[in-house]
Amino acid sequence: MKLFPIRGGIHPDYRKEQTSEKAIVVMPMPATLYIPLQQHIGAPAEVLVAEGDLVKKGQMIARNQGSVSASQHAPTSGRIKTVTEVTAPHPSGLPQTTIILESDGKDEWAELPEPIADPFAADAHTINDRVAQSGIVGMGGAAFPSAIKLNLGEQKKLDILLLNGAECEPYLTCDDRVMREYADEIIDGARIMAHALGTPRVVIGIEQNKPQAVEIMTKAASAFAEIEVIAVPVQYPMGSERHLVQAITGRETPARKLTADLGIVVHNVSTTRAVHHAVRFGRPLVARVVTVSGGAIREPNNVLTPIGARIADLVEFCGGFSARPESVVNGGPMMGQPLASLEAPVVKGTSGILALTAEEINDRPTSACIRCGSCVTVCPCGLSPVEMAAFIRKDNLEGAAKLGVMDCFSCGSCSYVCPSHIPLVHYFNYAKGVLNDLERESRKNERIKTLAEVRTIRIEKATEAKRAALATRKPASDTTPPSTGGEAKAVTEEKASA
Amino acid sequence: MSIATIKKSGPFAHGYTSVQKTMFTVLLALLPATLFNLYLFGWPAILLFTVTVGACVAIEAACLALSDRPVIAALGDCSALLTGWLLAMSLPPWAPWWIGVLAAVFAIALAKHSFGGLGQNVFNPAMVGRTVMLVSFPVVMTAWVMPHPLFSAGAPGFLEAFAITFGGNVPDTISAASALGYVKTELSRGIPVSQSMAQVPGLMDMMLGYRAGSMGETSAILILAGGLFLMFKRIISWHIPLSVMGGLFLMAAIFHAVDPARFASGTFHLVSGATFLGAFFIATDYVTSPVSKRGQLIFGLGCGVLIWLIRTFAGYPEGVAFAILLMNGLAPIIDQYTRPRAFGRNSKGEPLPLIKEKP
Repeated sequence: MKLFPIRGGIHPDYRKEQTSEKAIVVMPMPATLYIPLQQHIGAPAEVLVAEGDLVKKGQMIARNQGSVSASQHAPTSGRIKTVTEVTAPHPSGLPQTTIILESDGKDEWAELPEPIADPFAADAHTINDRVAQSGIVGMGGAAFPSAIKLNLGEQKKLDILLLNGAECEPYLTCDDRVMREYADEIIDGARIMAHALGTPRVVIGIEQNKPQAVEIMTKAASAFAEIEVIAVPVQYPMGSERHLVQAITGRETPARKLTADLGIVVHNVSTTRAVHHAVRFGRPLVARVVTVSGGAIREPNNVLTPIGARIADLVEFCGGFSARPESVVNGGPMMGQPLASLEAPVVKGTSGILALTAEEINDRPTSACIRCGSCVTVCPCGLSPVEMAAFIRKDNLEGAAKLGVMDCFSCGSCSYVCPSHIPLVHYFNYAKGVLNDLERESRKNERIKTLAEVRTIRIEKATEAKRAALATRKPASDTTPPSTGGEAKAVTEEKASA
Repeated sequence: MSIATIKKSGPFAHGYTSVQKTMFTVLLALLPATLFNLYLFGWPAILLFTVTVGACVAIEAACLALSDRPVIAALGDCSALLTGWLLAMSLPPWAPWWIGVLAAVFAIALAKHSFGGLGQNVFNPAMVGRTVMLVSFPVVMTAWVMPHPLFSAGAPGFLEAFAITFGGNVPDTISAASALGYVKTELSRGIPVSQSMAQVPGLMDMMLGYRAGSMGETSAILILAGGLFLMFKRIISWHIPLSVMGGLFLMAAIFHAVDPARFASGTFHLVSGATFLGAFFIATDYVTSPVSKRGQLIFGLGCGVLIWLIRTFAGYPEGVAFAILLMNGLAPIIDQYTRPRAFGRNSKGEPLPLIKEKP
């Protein structure tokens, strides 16, 4: 099949060989698990359990609430120790409400929902409900609740379900291993999802540096005419949703639109496997494969880890540190987040835990920009990092916004190639954070202004009405005290809605 | 809150490039042409080269110290060394020492550090140094010599060279005109280009570099080899060199076809003067050229056309330095108008219209 070029990108040292040839191993169930209520984009789930409750594996312990959310399930059987604040797996290291579960060592399954006997006869609703019930989120890293993406078929006419098996981040091999070891499960999950979405075609995009995965997946898909496996060029950031769509279909997603607006829904391969488990066996998402790698890890491996296992325990399982890590990263080295603490748990979006040495990171002191233009050449978004950084350095965030800093998705290609080692992504993350705050602030002000205007109008109207009423009633009597109750109530309402 | 107070975010992987490595690779690429020309013009050239490079590095150190910046660390980036090297290559090989020193002052102190140091200058420092000298001391700066290869008969020995560089004792008899200068002078005397062309060195000599000219510019072949090496190393791309030479060649070829008596041919323009040195090593200077590839093409074409205009119509026989400086001044504006198109947006920055193709 003809592929389409994508702009820019880099070819970093992939270092995938540390884990790519090792079969997935299972981490023994730790004594204590820490399940954060928010492991996904959207609202945190609502706690369903209390201290001392006994739960079984797979039992829902927190329910999704609001339009964008995902529920959480007990990763093993045991007793709820407490619900409290625990360090989140986030660079801030801030605490987050977390259910602490003590394992009873039995790992007993709860009574699970019945498998959907023939998912291809079931309607989209049944499948989406099951996916939502099972707490499945995007497992490529973004952790967006998958059921919402599966609902897109109801609003839009979709052509293609695109499975993202690019895994373009260096070090990470969890998707590679899952594809090699569980290809049939992925294919089945993909067919179920395509059925729910109503897409006639399924395309699976895998980078060419995973030839075994390509071969095994192609074989597994050969029985189904609607599924096509495509080996895409090795070019970071090929795994970016928009870029993968462009490489495979040639269609460029307009700014501020979704790939779904082009008729293409993208899901990660591991997510697809989770859907297979949920639909065929009623099993919720309670474990995932995590790549534990990096120069400072004694025994790098791909580990099937229960959700909620402490990262420290996972590292311990992989032999601990063989050297002092300069940074421990949650995710891949390009777009992953630095971990503030190893006490944080593994969550549904944790694709990798990397303990990297200073040598691997190869960050050097920043020197002056020599305007070499490499960052402009490699930017896959067609931005001009050198100019944006110059604006941000002078705190001219308006200027940076005009040059499109909000279109940057922090892929890190510019920082990677910069000969002066300028932390460009750091600049852009800072600018994006401040600009987002400013926008929130201005939206809030706008809303307060509107409310105030509405209130003035309402008061004027009320006064007008009163005056009119007074005028008509005047001949009869003028002893009725003017009521202010209505107005006071209106004010309370405004406060509540603000 | 300021950017300095936040823990640094990713990526946690970086390429193995550095400013120092980049500059060093450029120096390596210049080495063959430099060695050949130092051999060709002998001891006086070696002395002037040493003085010029040394002066540039010393002035850089002084400027860094004055502005309270770490001297050793900043010198380590080799940028002053490269500026000095290129500056020396653009001087007449037997020019006196003070030309090199004065040019270094203008290049490093004025053109580079008064703008804020590395990366901040608008104009190419080496070319500023050269043109200030050319405008201020036109006679000394156009005193070309024929090649006097080291250890050949008639070549000055070390002591004679010392007298030439530091004593100003340039023997009158050996001065020669550059090909560009010769053709221009003859034209002003009413002798058509087609006739004077018979007196300039043949194409082969021009290409190999056995001709009069600036200290490092004469060997088109060796400079081309260095330039190709830089492209291979991905330090430069083809955009600027090709568009500079393309612009120059096209203008020259068109006018030569119209009136061969008045205008020299495209090939002559390409191989003479500093065309190759300018196209591969000076116009490609990162700091003073546009950052986008489209901008670089425009910049290069502008350089090429200006070189031809200056050589053909202006008072000076050679225009590479002037042309590059003029385009340096335009580079920031070119940058503004040649930003790449952002993903999902049109060239004006508006989101692309939603077109849903049928598969």
